Amino acid sequence: MLHRAGKPPMFGDYEAQRHWQEITYNLPVHEWYFNTTDNNLNYWGLDYPPLTAYHSLLCGHVASLINPDWVELHTSQGFESSAHKLFMRATVLIADLLMYVPAVVLYCFYLSEGSNRKKVCLVLCILLYPGLILIDYGHFQYNSISLGLALWGVLGLGLGWDMLGSLAFVLAVNYKQMELYHSLPFFCYLLGKCFKQGMAGRGLFLLVKIAVTVLVTFTLCWLPFLTDPGQVLQVLHRLFPVGRGLFEDKVANTWCSLNVLIKIKTILSTDTQLYLSLAATLLAALPSSIKLLTKPTLWQFKLALVNSSLAFFLFSFQVHEKSILLPALPVCLLLGDLPLPAVWFLQASTFSMLPLFLKDGLFVPYAVTSSAFVFYSVYLLSALEHSSEEELQLKSLSLLPFLSQSPGQFYLSVAAMAGLSFMSVALAPPARLPDLFPLLVSVFSFLHFLGLLLYFNVVQIAEPPSPRRKNPKKTE
Amino acid sequence: MRSANQIERRRQRRRRRRRRILSSGLYNTVMAASTADSWSWFPALALGVSFLKCLMINSYHSTDFEVHRNWLAITHSLPVSKWYHESTSEWTLDYPPLFAWFEYGLSHVAQHFDKKMLVVQNLGYASPATVLFQRLSVIATDVVFIYAVRECCRSVREEKGSKDLLVRPYFILAALLLWNYGLLIVDHIHFQYNGFLCGILLLSVARHLQVGNFITFPFEQGRHLEGAFLFAVLLNLKHIYLYIAPAYGIFLLRSYCFTKDNTDGSVRWSSLSLVRLIALGSIVISVCALSFGPFIAMGQLPQVLSRLFPFKRGLCHAYWAPNIWALYNVVDKALSVLGLRLKLLANLPKASMTGGLVQEFQHSVLPSVSPSATLICTLVSILPAVLSIWRCPRGARGFLRCLVVCALCSFMFGWHVHEKAILMAILPLSVLAVESREDAGIFLMLATTGHYSLFPLLFTATEMPTKVLLILLFTLYSFTSLKKLFRGFLLNTLEVTYLLGLIAVEIICEVVYPLLPWKQTLPFVTLLAKSVYCSLGVSYSFIRLYLSILRPTDKPKEL
Repeated sequence: MLHRAGKPPMFGDYEAQRHWQEITYNLPVHEWYFNTTDNNLNYWGLDYPPLTAYHSLLCGHVASLINPDWVELHTSQGFESSAHKLFMRATVLIADLLMYVPAVVLYCFYLSEGSNRKKVCLVLCILLYPGLILIDYGHFQYNSISLGLALWGVLGLGLGWDMLGSLAFVLAVNYKQMELYHSLPFFCYLLGKCFKQGMAGRGLFLLVKIAVTVLVTFTLCWLPFLTDPGQVLQVLHRLFPVGRGLFEDKVANTWCSLNVLIKIKTILSTDTQLYLSLAATLLAALPSSIKLLTKPTLWQFKLALVNSSLAFFLFSFQVHEKSILLPALPVCLLLGDLPLPAVWFLQASTFSMLPLFLKDGLFVPYAVTSSAFVFYSVYLLSALEHSSEEELQLKSLSLLPFLSQSPGQFYLSVAAMAGLSFMSVALAPPARLPDLFPLLVSVFSFLHFLGLLLYFNVVQIAEPPSPRRKNPKKTE
Repeated sequence: MRSANQIERRRQRRRRRRRRILSSGLYNTVMAASTADSWSWFPALALGVSFLKCLMINSYHSTDFEVHRNWLAITHSLPVSKWYHESTSEWTLDYPPLFAWFEYGLSHVAQHFDKKMLVVQNLGYASPATVLFQRLSVIATDVVFIYAVRECCRSVREEKGSKDLLVRPYFILAALLLWNYGLLIVDHIHFQYNGFLCGILLLSVARHLQVGNFITFPFEQGRHLEGAFLFAVLLNLKHIYLYIAPAYGIFLLRSYCFTKDNTDGSVRWSSLSLVRLIALGSIVISVCALSFGPFIAMGQLPQVLSRLFPFKRGLCHAYWAPNIWALYNVVDKALSVLGLRLKLLANLPKASMTGGLVQEFQHSVLPSVSPSATLICTLVSILPAVLSIWRCPRGARGFLRCLVVCALCSFMFGWHVHEKAILMAILPLSVLAVESREDAGIFLMLATTGHYSLFPLLFTATEMPTKVLLILLFTLYSFTSLKKLFRGFLLNTLEVTYLLGLIAVEIICEVVYPLLPWKQTLPFVTLLAKSVYCSLGVSYSFIRLYLSILRPTDKPKEL
């Protein structure tokens, strides 16, 4: 937790969050998402769902209590002071302590197996995940809220409280639309469960209950905007800006990596790109969803969360590098079951955001937290000792030899990441290729993600969890 | 079932081993050997704290940062003869020559980071590369400290061996030393090299503790000389350690140079080993000659000494260290106010006691304190402790206790004491704390109060969460772990009330007082309140520790 008291500099997203506090505090609800004289949408316009706006409103009220200058309309733009920084950092810390940390602790103690010591180790490893720390406390965002809510959803479903779980997940989606990456598994799991209980009797009743919960939660979140259809459309338009192209900057997903070979962005029209990415995403997420639908257990659910969100990250439209946090959350949940692949994935995901960290001047925190994470997760989970055993879940699958990961390969890959990191920061790229290092970083991480997507899919489809891993709390 | 069997078998094996060890009568001393197989936790603990230190690189740093940058520049760009004459910056070189050579060595690495930091005229230079280098140099030299902690842990005595690792004394000691709150904030936020220096001190202490532990350390007599050598080096790195030199001198003379005691425990004068005395003397003298020799040859000794002992500074540092003089000042102030009220005194000079820069001031009612008076107070206070280890030496543990007492005496009575100097007592006391219940209680009092008294070092808002979280972490850990180790409460109600009072003081000073109207007229009250309140706790721990060394019946077991 102490790592989170670091004080790196802040850029765009810090001002964006402060600006949203200013907008929501000063303007009436119906102007929040509209371009008006007081609300210039081109200057960090609000483009997250209503819950984010309400959170900003709450923070804005607190801020104005402490110092009204912080949220003064117009004049506060670009405001920065050490007291204000402290306030903003404190809001992240409080959100983290309220939403994310308790969810992680509860998950480890109720939904993972092993001795108490192993559970504590698991909590530490999950909380040490550098990607989330660096993005939330360095770059400045509130991912711990949306991810925490999603984790509460997983907890609810895992413990059999389907209504509360879906409530939490709907709140997560309404905090950040990117949570839709996780929606397919939630949907399939609940639907599969209903089917299992029989669509004629209890299953139908459960389905109706869940549907009502979801609808009511959505309605409540959107209540101020439901007065006018124009409002809803405008909010949706802000949430899903289709016009921004297939990808921006360097993202470690398929389209950006493919762009090295074929210039997709210039060859295809925006519409074709949209359909292509939609088709590819659904195709990639299909196998795991169908498997989950037929076999709704917690183990399958966790794997499906990884597979679906990773498929979205790799193939969908307009992906940000920060969206890798969405697959990273369910992978964190697998740390206890599949230590080596999980640590590997989490390390690669942190590495894939390196260009962003360099832009924010976060190289030292990045280097320190990543080394700490690799060292402690290997030490605490003894990830590499397990890798030779059946933990890799691939014993029977000799058809994919390139998937048989070993500690040697892991260390080699981590060394390559370290090397690339130091090259990015120390060497100047050749004049002809100014983007050489970011591109290398994203292609290198993309290969990891693709390999691990295949791996997690294979694990999910081929392997039911071994008997001793079966959780007694799993749904019957 | 199988696991139960395994546990049973392991337990039997352990019992057998224990019986073997007990039968050889060496159980206490073999502890290091029997646990040597399970040291994998140590790097994890040490690396963890190093990672944490790296995250503090961008934190606030005090003027000490510029002090050390200036010394890098002086030693790098000037000839040795100018080192102690250079005064472009107000932060002149005022550590002994070995430390200057240490800076000289660092400067050769520094030039690969940023050459501009090595220019004497670049006052206040702090480019990102400079900050990175200076911070990393502290983190890297802490390796000495980490090694010293490991050596100390290996020499800890342990009575029961079959416990959980987390309540083993050596594990707790490692955590208390490596994660010491004071070192973290003084070195890695405020900026100093205490980790490196205390590392040498602890290493030297560990060498003395290891003597007698002859299974793991066969060359026992060499260890005393090594300890003496390390201490001589330490003295030539930072002369504040002169205060604990009496403990070293008497201990080595009494327990090393005199090889035999009379039957009643008093010294047998005829057993003086000249060889040992000469070996000891030559080691200490040669280290000092190496350090001061060149300056003596250049005829600069008076200049160097005048830099090392600047008595022009005031009785108290800008922020009063929580010692006797803080209490003395307050009593003086109270008396003068009282006197004015009751019209007993007329026209006192207005004394601002802690106004920013260091300055001298006059006491109004009580007699003013001169440097020589503080020196005499310190020496007088050290004397009984030193005499007690002369009259009845209690092995290395008695020496360590005496060392802590000396450090505390200098802290209580010294001239111009910095609040940071409390670390010189807290760190060695940690070693005693994991071995005896009573010392653990004293340690909790002293460490908590002393650490809290470091709070004013970091006054920026951004460091607030770091310093509060870290002190909570360290204090909670030290309380819970020592309580588990000794299976019971270590403090009485009064002591607990006092420590809880620290929280109240902090809240009153930081939250309530700024809202009151006196904030403008009397801005120093908060600092004053903190230092006076802390000085009560430090004095209390000091007295308890002093009593423990004078009590003849409570002899710690000999090694």
